[in-house]
Amino acid sequence: MDSTVTTATNESVWGGGNQPLGASYGKLMMWFFLVSDALTFSGFLASYGFSRFKFIETWPIAELVFTHVPFFHGDYPLYYVAFMTFILIMSSVTMVLAVDAGHKMQQTRVIWYLFLTIIGGAIFVGSQAWEWSTFIRGDYGALETKGGRILQFVKADTGERAALADFAKNIPSEREDLQRDKGLWFQSEGYLTSRSVDEVVEGFVANPNILIRTETINDDNHKTVLTREESLKRIKDAAHVVEGANLIHNEYGSRLFADFFFFITGFHGFHVFSGVMINIIIFFNVILGTYERRGHYEMVEKIGLYWHFVDLVWVFVFTFFYLV
Amino acid sequence: MAHAHKLEIFRGLLKFKTNVQKIWAVLVFLTIVTTIEVALGIIKPQALTHSHFLGMKVLNWIFITLTLVKAYYIAWDFMHLRDEKNSLRRAIVWTPIFLVLYLIFILLFEADYIYNVFKFGFVKWNF
Repeated sequence: MDSTVTTATNESVWGGGNQPLGASYGKLMMWFFLVSDALTFSGFLASYGFSRFKFIETWPIAELVFTHVPFFHGDYPLYYVAFMTFILIMSSVTMVLAVDAGHKMQQTRVIWYLFLTIIGGAIFVGSQAWEWSTFIRGDYGALETKGGRILQFVKADTGERAALADFAKNIPSEREDLQRDKGLWFQSEGYLTSRSVDEVVEGFVANPNILIRTETINDDNHKTVLTREESLKRIKDAAHVVEGANLIHNEYGSRLFADFFFFITGFHGFHVFSGVMINIIIFFNVILGTYERRGHYEMVEKIGLYWHFVDLVWVFVFTFFYLV
Repeated sequence: MAHAHKLEIFRGLLKFKTNVQKIWAVLVFLTIVTTIEVALGIIKPQALTHSHFLGMKVLNWIFITLTLVKAYYIAWDFMHLRDEKNSLRRAIVWTPIFLVLYLIFILLFEADYIYNVFKFGFVKWNF
């Protein structure tokens, strides 16, 4: 009788102790939490899809954005995220091995497997932080137009990206810093880019080898590179210099892309971080022999569910942010 | 607690003697799928990026399918849904699937409508 009705012959079903779903109260609640959390993440990812479909022709191409690997120079799209994915799947495996050892009441093995899981989680969160800082710092720099569009630069002869520093002119100019004693109490200097708009525009006009690459995706799934004449016309729209990405400006393209990147990977990274914290607590409980005295390791199983869920979410984030 | 493990994957094609063996086999499978995804993502074969199905590139459909395959094995073997009662499994799996499909459907349709307004309506945004 594998149905929802309890098969116990217990007369008083109101007395508690029935488990129609064959799972304990704690495990069931963990599942309910995970279902609601899955819906939260789905909401995020679906609204990402909404914004992307809205700007389907100008959305940033992920391989042009995430091209770095720590300690290596050059253009290596996807490799580092693939490594992160593997680390997370691997830590999921050590977790499921810990749960399995828990079923067999093997305390030492649970300790070791949980330890490896925590290490894997820490490597993942660290990689995530590195990914964020690389994204925030930016690499080549770009111009933003009055309409909020991004103009990037490529070299005409090689087709490689051109950094602002490669061609911008150095125009000496004077500006006065906003001091705290001037202006109102909430006003401050704010963030300054390394070059001004004039320096970039002058340098661009003087250097015929530089072309503008717009956000528009052409039929070959590449970003459109303008001709020199079109570029000279387009550069007149420039309004700001953008270096790196934040919630307001994004040198890689649509600012919504940066917003969703921060929110979705941030929300996921926060889950991983809290997962590591919970794992550490349970890890010490296992060492202290709490579950040995309790007679079962169901707590390890419950945090295991949470940990696998974090991995499950990452599988989707990986697909929709980096692959599709 | 589910003590009895079902020790076969791929609908009984592969059977294992212990649960630990099954876990490692699932890891190997997930790694292979991820490698395929990354390889396709780097190569981007012309045949798959230039053909479309239901308004989306075939390559993207492949990515989404492989993702769902991975999600299935993570949920079924790592979260041991395979060992749970049918009623629990259905409650957990079909509720979000139904809601998320509906959400995706309305949001993407709406987004496509807005895309058309931006493209063909009298709105200038790309300047």
